[in-house]
Amino acid sequence: MAEVSVNNVTKTFGSLKALDDVTMDFPDGGFFALLGPSGSGKTTLLRAIAGFIFADSGTIRIGDQPVENVPVEKRDIGMMFQNYALFPNMTVSDNVGFGLRVRKVGAAEERRRIGEALDLVQLGQHGDRKPHQLSGGQRQRVALARAIVTNPRVLLLDEPLSALDKALRVDMQFELKRIQREIGITTIFVTHDQEEALTLSDKIGILRDGKMIQAGPPRDVYSNPADLFTATFLGEANILDALAGEGADIKIPHGFPTGGTLAVRPENISISQTEPTANGLSKCQAVLERRVFAGAMATCILQSNGNRIKVISRDQDIPSDVAEGDRLWLTWPVEKTLSVPSGRH
Amino acid sequence: MSGVFLARLGKLWLACILFFLYAPIAVMAFMSFNASQYYQLPFDFSLKWYEKLAGNQEIVDAATRSVMIALATTVIATILGTAASVALFRYEFRGKRFLQVMLFPPIAIPWLITGTAMLIFFFGVGLGRGTPSVIIGHVALALPYVIVVVSARLATFDATLEEAARSLGADSWTVTREVTLPWISSGVIAGALFAFAVSFDQFVVSYFLSEPGDSTLPVLIYTSIRKGFTPEINAISTIIIVVSMAVMLFAARFSNFGGER
Repeated sequence: MAEVSVNNVTKTFGSLKALDDVTMDFPDGGFFALLGPSGSGKTTLLRAIAGFIFADSGTIRIGDQPVENVPVEKRDIGMMFQNYALFPNMTVSDNVGFGLRVRKVGAAEERRRIGEALDLVQLGQHGDRKPHQLSGGQRQRVALARAIVTNPRVLLLDEPLSALDKALRVDMQFELKRIQREIGITTIFVTHDQEEALTLSDKIGILRDGKMIQAGPPRDVYSNPADLFTATFLGEANILDALAGEGADIKIPHGFPTGGTLAVRPENISISQTEPTANGLSKCQAVLERRVFAGAMATCILQSNGNRIKVISRDQDIPSDVAEGDRLWLTWPVEKTLSVPSGRH
Repeated sequence: MSGVFLARLGKLWLACILFFLYAPIAVMAFMSFNASQYYQLPFDFSLKWYEKLAGNQEIVDAATRSVMIALATTVIATILGTAASVALFRYEFRGKRFLQVMLFPPIAIPWLITGTAMLIFFFGVGLGRGTPSVIIGHVALALPYVIVVVSARLATFDATLEEAARSLGADSWTVTREVTLPWISSGVIAGALFAFAVSFDQFVVSYFLSEPGDSTLPVLIYTSIRKGFTPEINAISTIIIVVSMAVMLFAARFSNFGGER
């Protein structure tokens, strides 16, 4: 187990800056997500930490060791690949034991640790099977067991769950988190799924065009996005810039940066039919365009002064007799207004 | 109606092809078991030409030499070709495309020209004629076949398997031995069989590069035919054909199965 730190790492492929002065710390034992759209550099960063890519400049440390000149096989990492990359000619046990055989731990020790690792991922009975005899979720678990059986200093996951269907993915998310807690290994995973990143990680790094836009605990990043891109990429946000009109009263939060953009999350807006009078609320009028019922929750799309506003709330909190085309009042607490610094993208 | 007709025509066509391909060979094999030296019928079964063959030290020596040269060629060309294929698959380097493209012309260039060029070259570098020259020449001819066959198998290989092995601590030799070679083994075997066949059946290059009195089997057959034909040649040719066909069928089987596993 070890902490990982990435400092001012830059990597260029031809004329493309895949990583542009990226810095992020991954403290010991944490679970970290690298999140970004495709082409943002998140996979490049993971592969640079793994050692498949050597950075042009900057430093990467695993524990106390600078690893810029250390090849993959000497970095003592565990890695899980998007397509699992199980060795097709080997049984499950031989797959899991590969790293142990390379390290020459001895047959008895190898057998014991393979058993432990397979038990940990709940595949104790499947050691003799070949990878092609397993389901997608089982292969996933074998890949995980193989990656952690050598007690690596850091576990790297490259979109580990993207090949699974939704229900299985949610199961595996919890499973992954449970195993990570149990062995306490520093884990870095790449994903383009913002929900997955929010659910699993202690700290999120948001990348875009090779730059680290923001890094921090999920809740911090969600409620204080560093820029408009982060605000809209991590969750949804209604931009309030051009919001005005009859009765509109948009309060600007204290300490709001000049030249910034105001935004509010869909789940923080309330809908009412009469003008609200309470203090400390921002408000405006909007016409209901569409109301989408989704069981417990409902999504409303409204128009206000040419702005499209999305509201997500409990269905029972929306008056039942509102109809499409009605003029409604939207309110939200001032402190829920996101103040997004602009000009950083 | 026309479908049935076309199907019959197709079968007839296939039968013609097989007939023209194999009838001369069949006649030769048939005659190698005929007692008459002058192809006289009626057929009188006899193994005397095979007996004579066994007693003909010149032919036995040439056959042994051919097999040894083919085995040496197979080993060298398979190792070099497999290593080259893996390198071409694994690494990006300057001139890689050029190198890959340049692998194919030797297959298309007539052996007569290749043979002449090799002869001039080997005399130029002072190696001259002889078994080492023959082996080097055969390796050069067989190498493109090995690389093509092994590369075809490698095209189905998932490169992330190598990355996974490296992430688990395996150095590049361990990765090759434990992960890459098991996957391409059928291609390597097929490539080796092709290399053997190319060498064992080679006439032109062997004729140019071997020393007189030190010739390979095909060269010996050619020179004996010029001196005077005996059914011994039928017998040795029949043996060569059986061996070559067995090797090629084996190779075809492996390269076919390679894609499906």
